[in-house]
Amino acid sequence: MALSNVLEPAVSGFNFENSTRNIVLENGSEEGKIKAPTPMKTGTTIAGVVYKDGVVLGADTRATSDEVVADKMCAKIHYIAPNIYCCGAGTAADTEKTTDMLSSNLTIFSMNSGRNPRVVMAVNILQDMLFRYRGMIGAHIILGGVDCTGSHLYTVGPYGSIDKVPYLAMGSGKLPAMGILEDRFKGNMDLEEAKALVSDAIHAGIMSDLGSGNNIDLCVITKEGVDYIRPHRESIYNYKRQAKYKYKPGTTPVLTKSVNQLELELVHETVQMMETAGSS
Amino acid sequence: MATVLQFPANISTLNNYNDLYPDWTQREVSTGTTIMAVEFDGGVVMGADSRTTTGAYIANRVTDKLTPIHERILCCRSGSAADTQAIADAVTYQLGFHSIELDEAPLVQTAASLFRDMCYRYREELMAGIIVGGWDPRRGGQVYTVPVGGMMTRQPVSVGGSGSSYIYGYVDSNYRPGMSKEECLKFTAGALSLAMERDGSSGGVVRLAVISEQGVERQVILGNQLPKFSTV
Repeated sequence: MALSNVLEPAVSGFNFENSTRNIVLENGSEEGKIKAPTPMKTGTTIAGVVYKDGVVLGADTRATSDEVVADKMCAKIHYIAPNIYCCGAGTAADTEKTTDMLSSNLTIFSMNSGRNPRVVMAVNILQDMLFRYRGMIGAHIILGGVDCTGSHLYTVGPYGSIDKVPYLAMGSGKLPAMGILEDRFKGNMDLEEAKALVSDAIHAGIMSDLGSGNNIDLCVITKEGVDYIRPHRESIYNYKRQAKYKYKPGTTPVLTKSVNQLELELVHETVQMMETAGSS
Repeated sequence: MATVLQFPANISTLNNYNDLYPDWTQREVSTGTTIMAVEFDGGVVMGADSRTTTGAYIANRVTDKLTPIHERILCCRSGSAADTQAIADAVTYQLGFHSIELDEAPLVQTAASLFRDMCYRYREELMAGIIVGGWDPRRGGQVYTVPVGGMMTRQPVSVGGSGSSYIYGYVDSNYRPGMSKEECLKFTAGALSLAMERDGSSGGVVRLAVISEQGVERQVILGNQLPKFSTV
């Protein structure tokens, strides 16, 4: 069977040696309880649509850490290959690393074989990897691209299941986005219609879901090339600061000042000659 | 004081329930389903609904659960979508290799055995109920069922998936040996419609496939064209 990981042989699953230790720490005595940090999720709305000449992918740009917005301009549309891009929802670190690994593998494959990668190959590699990790990698991914066999849009779930459909939405905001897509999707739309549809679907997700917000990014992939529009639509809420919050030096009065000389002893000195160009 | 801790093998601290993220972002995708296959003289008819669910959300309403394994062998998948897709891919590879080595078309029983081997060996990790159907020159049309757990048996008619419980009565009373291809198609479409009507995890369209010496013929019956039984 072809190896999905070109760089090194695949190892199965995660190492859970520390799980026992973590449980002891979490259930320790009242003062000794230590809570494990929760991974940052991208509570997201991402969507994709296949249109006449290619694929349009869209995403919001908010990354949340529980109730706080950790990143207002997060990039959720990742580069996989010159003709393949993917949107990731779920745990931010997982989607980043998974897509990076996929991208590296496909680049090496391209160099080795002299072929442009096909979307179905990217999907198979992703599926294989996520299945091997049995759902432990929290990555819900929409993959879209155009290759010699046409335009394709796939979704890969965290357990390794794939679905191939002409329009999709994923993430915490997928329900409202799916509503817009189900209502207005038609086969063979033209570019402006497709961009408006995806943009409105993401907008519905942003309006109805707390985990999604800020700007809307779009990525249009055709066989001629890729148009990465970041941002396509900006949030109407202006986050610019109202005034300068820098303080002049001297604002805080200095009460006392003491200088401690550190006693340092020179123990050892070496001199290494650098080889410089020129006649020796 | 050190204590020995026992925790379940599938503990996951990464997917804890969190009020901010709804159930369907964390549940596995399942093909809670209705699948069916019937043998007739000269081939088999296979059918499935088209709904894939993640908890209460329908992830794909037009799924194709009839997966080709070889030129004249198909399988109906039910259970976990990821598990069944992975198993079907592995068996397709193994059967293809076997067929090339033999330089002839593989037997349906071989395909079913490959499914059975994988489903039984990894029965603790997998959740997959599969019906294998096909035609080969030695024994004609055959249906083998490989339910959860990894048993394999040949049956003239087999149903599976969460919606199958609702149609055992219909199938047992309406099946007659020696039905023609058209009768089998009508029987399968009727059974699947009844199951889809009553089972929440089954729905969408009915996908049918007829496998015979001539090859595979596929059809789709859309939601509004499904046979109607009662107006209750």
